Amino acid sequence: MRDVAIIAFAQTKHRRSYEGTSEVEFLAPVLQEVQAKAGLEKKDIDFVCSGSSDYLAGQAFSFVVTLDAYGPWPPITESHVDMDGAWALYEAWVKMQTGKIDTALIYAYGKSSPGSIRRVLTRQLEPYYTQPLWPDSVALAALQARVGLDAGTWTEEQMAEVAATSRRNAKGNPFAQVVDDAEPATLLSKDYFVDPLRVHDCPPITDGAAAVIMVAGDKAKELTDRPAWIRGIDHRIDPAALGVRDLTVSPSAQLAAEKAGVADGNVDVAELHAPFTHQEIILRNALGLGDGVDVNPSGGALAANPVMTAGLIRFGELADRISRGEADRGVAHATSGACLQQNLVAVLEGE
Amino acid sequence: MERVAIVGTGQTKHTSTRGDVSIGGLVREAALRALADADMTWDDIDAVVIGKAPDFFEGVMMPELYLADALGAIGKPMFRVHTAGSVGGSTAIVASELVSSGVHERVLTLAFEKQSESEAMWALSFAIPFQPPMHAGAGGYFAPHIRSYMQRSKAPDHIGILVALKDRLNACKNPYAHLHEKDATFESIKDSIMLWDPIRYSETCPSSDGAFAMVLTNEKGGDDAAAAGRPPAWVKGTAMRSEPTMFAGRDQVSPLGGQLCSKDVYAQAGITNPRAEVDVVEMYVPFSWFEPMWLENLGFCEEGEGWRLVEDGVTEMTGDLPVNCSGGVLSTNPIGASGMIRFGEAAMQVRGQCGEHQIDGVRTAVGHAYGGGSQFFAMWVLGSEKP
Repeated sequence: MRDVAIIAFAQTKHRRSYEGTSEVEFLAPVLQEVQAKAGLEKKDIDFVCSGSSDYLAGQAFSFVVTLDAYGPWPPITESHVDMDGAWALYEAWVKMQTGKIDTALIYAYGKSSPGSIRRVLTRQLEPYYTQPLWPDSVALAALQARVGLDAGTWTEEQMAEVAATSRRNAKGNPFAQVVDDAEPATLLSKDYFVDPLRVHDCPPITDGAAAVIMVAGDKAKELTDRPAWIRGIDHRIDPAALGVRDLTVSPSAQLAAEKAGVADGNVDVAELHAPFTHQEIILRNALGLGDGVDVNPSGGALAANPVMTAGLIRFGELADRISRGEADRGVAHATSGACLQQNLVAVLEGE
Repeated sequence: MERVAIVGTGQTKHTSTRGDVSIGGLVREAALRALADADMTWDDIDAVVIGKAPDFFEGVMMPELYLADALGAIGKPMFRVHTAGSVGGSTAIVASELVSSGVHERVLTLAFEKQSESEAMWALSFAIPFQPPMHAGAGGYFAPHIRSYMQRSKAPDHIGILVALKDRLNACKNPYAHLHEKDATFESIKDSIMLWDPIRYSETCPSSDGAFAMVLTNEKGGDDAAAAGRPPAWVKGTAMRSEPTMFAGRDQVSPLGGQLCSKDVYAQAGITNPRAEVDVVEMYVPFSWFEPMWLENLGFCEEGEGWRLVEDGVTEMTGDLPVNCSGGVLSTNPIGASGMIRFGEAAMQVRGQCGEHQIDGVRTAVGHAYGGGSQFFAMWVLGSEKP
């Protein structure tokens, strides 16, 4: 496989709402910032790929207009996925493996504020028998949490521990949305939100955007002192029907981790896209991450969860940490669908 | 780069309403036919890449999640592309890159739309703040482009009718086409109701339910298929281009993105004179006038000459540059699949699988798709000989 590295990352300050700004308006500064950080201009970028969902914008073909934030003139080679931006990064990585391109800009955005994200995400479910019941994303996660509690796979105390660590870590992340010093015991004293989930077990509702620049081979070394090399990347999917899955485990994440080579070396740090506290526990187990791994030093999706974007942010956060020399080898993860249905895992490494 | 071969294609009988199957049932039907054509089973497939037009059309957000079961993707990589109307083409290109990169050996790709479960016309009527509310449906958006083309090229009024008549009669030779209007005549098309002047009802694509699937393999897979008497279509070039929505400097009649896309893909395929070297074209013509417009945009003739090719019968099945022998988008339009049908029909022509609408001895075929406000382009060139 060809050596490919992430060399720049930019993101918005994540907020509950960017009401009053269009997707183009709030995305454009991020796209400019990431190019400036990489020291590249539009003429240097071979390929642009993005991830977003029409269902958040409430508009068919919403990404068509959003591309104007990049200013694709003269015409560019470009693609888009209705998936988290991490999969847009995967498409760009595959294209780099063909040798057709050497540089790529990947972006993603999600504004949950215009609608009710819990209701919107019900539209991801099987359309004939499940959708008409409107089971929302928090309710489905609560079912998953309940299965694990009943099976003894995790406890409410462990879930609160995940939330407390995430919020404390987010203190070092100026872009995060949910930041505090609350102790697990304090969090556990709150009422249930959707039993057995408390508010701290759930992700915030977020508007946000992010972009990364990925470069192949020697060019990465020319542009930055310490590129974050992608050593392995893979994604897998589990069935949509919750009834046929054991919700306490994630076979797709485990398989993707095997294919990406997570266990082939020491893991210093992991940025996991776990929107709910118990899902971080599932992912730690699936990826085989031991106690020594620093999980979600950015605060993770519990600290800021722009839908369609939170997975790509994991790549950016990890790459920045490696480039700053704070980590040597780490794991970036993205998820999609109800209860961790689809998972993408990558191993990033410094020199 | 690893060579890529198309070794299987399959599609549903396109029709206005497939009320007998779910979306999952529809896509599975096309996928099983492609697997059978490739002499493979689900176990042989390494990864699945799907495409479709906006999720609003069926009301399923990110349907790759729901369709993972129906497409045998459990435990495999499942990928979803969305690039507006060009999506069927871009989906096939993403699938081909999974093979040409060496990441996978055998990839199933599929695009679909089930328009009977939606109302595409209103899904495509954009509300503020996205665009000024000036038109209803895609026809309302494209009609001014066509009027501009007619004015510039001095094309006579009847050219659109000739294209529609050709495509509707070609469709009668394609058992999978949605419309089979055996009685269509120049007069019947001319007399059909004017929808968006100058686009008449019979110069407009239908709304279809349908899916199209392909199996792509690496060089070894292509060689094995050839040895087994199932000649593959080899990918000789792929290209995509995009340009802005809100930009006064772009020409929506002959977009620069389309010109650059075609030049790129011909260069990869070693084509210097597309009119002479291409044997058959499947291009994305949702409204009749786009045939002469794309003939010019894709470099098959000089600017202003496209309509003359139509009038001279060059693009008929009996002409020297047959266009849309399948009946095209004008006869079959499951929107998200329409681009892949173009790409897939090009493969079928190279492989000699088109039956009554087959052109003899096809060695080089072009598949083309476009989307958005004439701003997203995807093309591939296929050949019977290994590149």
